[in-house]
Amino acid sequence: MPVVLENLGKRFGDGAPVLDDVNANIGKGEFVALLGASGCGKSTLLNIIAGLEAPSSGALEVPSDGAAFMFQDAALFPWLTARENIELALKLRGVGKAERRTKAQELLELVHLGAAGDKRPHELSGGMRQRVSLARSLAQDRQLLLMDEPFAALDAITRDLLHDELERIWKETGRTIVFVTHNVREAVRLGQRVLLLSSRPGRVVQEWAVTEEHRTDAGLAGQLTGVITARLREEIRRHAK
Amino acid sequence: MPSNPTPLAETEPVVEPVKNPEHVHAALTRTSSGNEDLRELESGLDSLQSDAERKHRVDWSRILLPVAALVVLVLVWQFYVSLGVKRRDLVPGPLDVVGQMGVLWGEGKLQEAMWTSLQRGLVGFLISVAIATPVGLLLAQVAPLRRAFGPLISGLQVLPSVAWVPAAIIWFGLTDATVYFVVFMGAIPSIINGLISGVDQIPPQFRRVGTVLGANRLQMALQVVLPAALPGYLGGLKQGWAFSWRSLMAAEIIAVGGTIGFGLGSLLDQGRALSDMTVVMSAILLILGVGILIELLVFAPIEKRLLRRRGLLAGSTR
Repeated sequence: MPVVLENLGKRFGDGAPVLDDVNANIGKGEFVALLGASGCGKSTLLNIIAGLEAPSSGALEVPSDGAAFMFQDAALFPWLTARENIELALKLRGVGKAERRTKAQELLELVHLGAAGDKRPHELSGGMRQRVSLARSLAQDRQLLLMDEPFAALDAITRDLLHDELERIWKETGRTIVFVTHNVREAVRLGQRVLLLSSRPGRVVQEWAVTEEHRTDAGLAGQLTGVITARLREEIRRHAK
Repeated sequence: MPSNPTPLAETEPVVEPVKNPEHVHAALTRTSSGNEDLRELESGLDSLQSDAERKHRVDWSRILLPVAALVVLVLVWQFYVSLGVKRRDLVPGPLDVVGQMGVLWGEGKLQEAMWTSLQRGLVGFLISVAIATPVGLLLAQVAPLRRAFGPLISGLQVLPSVAWVPAAIIWFGLTDATVYFVVFMGAIPSIINGLISGVDQIPPQFRRVGTVLGANRLQMALQVVLPAALPGYLGGLKQGWAFSWRSLMAAEIIAVGGTIGFGLGSLLDQGRALSDMTVVMSAILLILGVGILIELLVFAPIEKRLLRRRGLLAGSTR
């Protein structure tokens, strides 16, 4: 199990807990969608798994080499070209100069941007930037890839394509992916498993398995989306005054 | 045809059973058929969404407008002089000054003064950069150091560097050391301050990315913080150069003689001693001219390139 979360809790200062008693197991090579309304601590949970923040209570087990991370905005360095952004990730990992060049090109090809390597971030569209960002997080070469709403700011057409793209890359590379989103459709489209996180405090309240049939049968996927949406709304309604 | 289990009917009218899967929102299932199809779709979208490249042409208004402004100013000057309000030896006309510059050139004084000052200014500035950059980076990255020395550095920037001239003369006598000391005290604080404010304006996301990518402290400083702070740093360098040049002139005007060579400031002081306004005006215009040339030939191109590469130039009046 690359990721095991046991009774994980997090509170900032003396405030109300953001996460409380979170339990989850994520297997190697699994694609898990972490779903929740805004303010449910999804990002905090992801930061804890990434080691950017420490939990207040509970225990967690993560791969010893850490995790790759992909942000909502591409967060590419504007002073570097697409290729150099990827090469920097390789460099910070200690990859030699000659190998960096070939590896970066391979990764660009993988995200279908082989010809755009010398462009700077501001010359790329939002979708292209996110693909460079994906290539950069793959350059980190970690088994575990954490994604924090990476497609939330993209238009619908681009997002649909990137869903296909991410699924393809996941299958090609065998990474373990934890994908945070507040979009039920996205969670059903991508995850093998959808974990629903409640809000204030965040806790895993239910989970659903998504099968291969859901990937091709829109009716089945639509039904599951409905069920999950209903459960999510129930969770949101709990907070009504 | 999927059958509808309808257990949700009483909670929310969320989805109707789907009769016709092709009409369902595409986002729920795969939208492309295989890698080749995906590649093609993506490259279509990429070319739709990225701008066609525009070629940069020489924009003549960039050259003609400043030249026109200069011509107008010189004409106004000539016009004022020809009115004869003041005595000609107190307010010489443009032609008198140009003539004096020709004489100074013939004597070799102009070249000597320019060369001496430029050389000192540049050497002093480069040494200041070499000192201020690591110090600025250290102050910007280490909070206790910054809190301790930050106010002092800001204060030094406010202190006119001319104030150091008497002290420098007492310590180093009339030598080049005096001139360089004054230049350092002018340039170093402003470069440090520029670098620090550049670092302060870095989006926090960049550091997070650096951490996630596994950068250690030194790598973070050199690979992330310094390049990210470059626009602010360049602003600091520009100001640092201006301070070096001004401090240098101040030092040259005040400290004359000894082993100190003959610079533009010395030329200016000589003009004052001889009460020759044409020499004074020549020296002032040369000092100004050097400043403008360095800005136009060195800093402006670097700054423009830097901003263009980062996509920060669109919509500016540059």
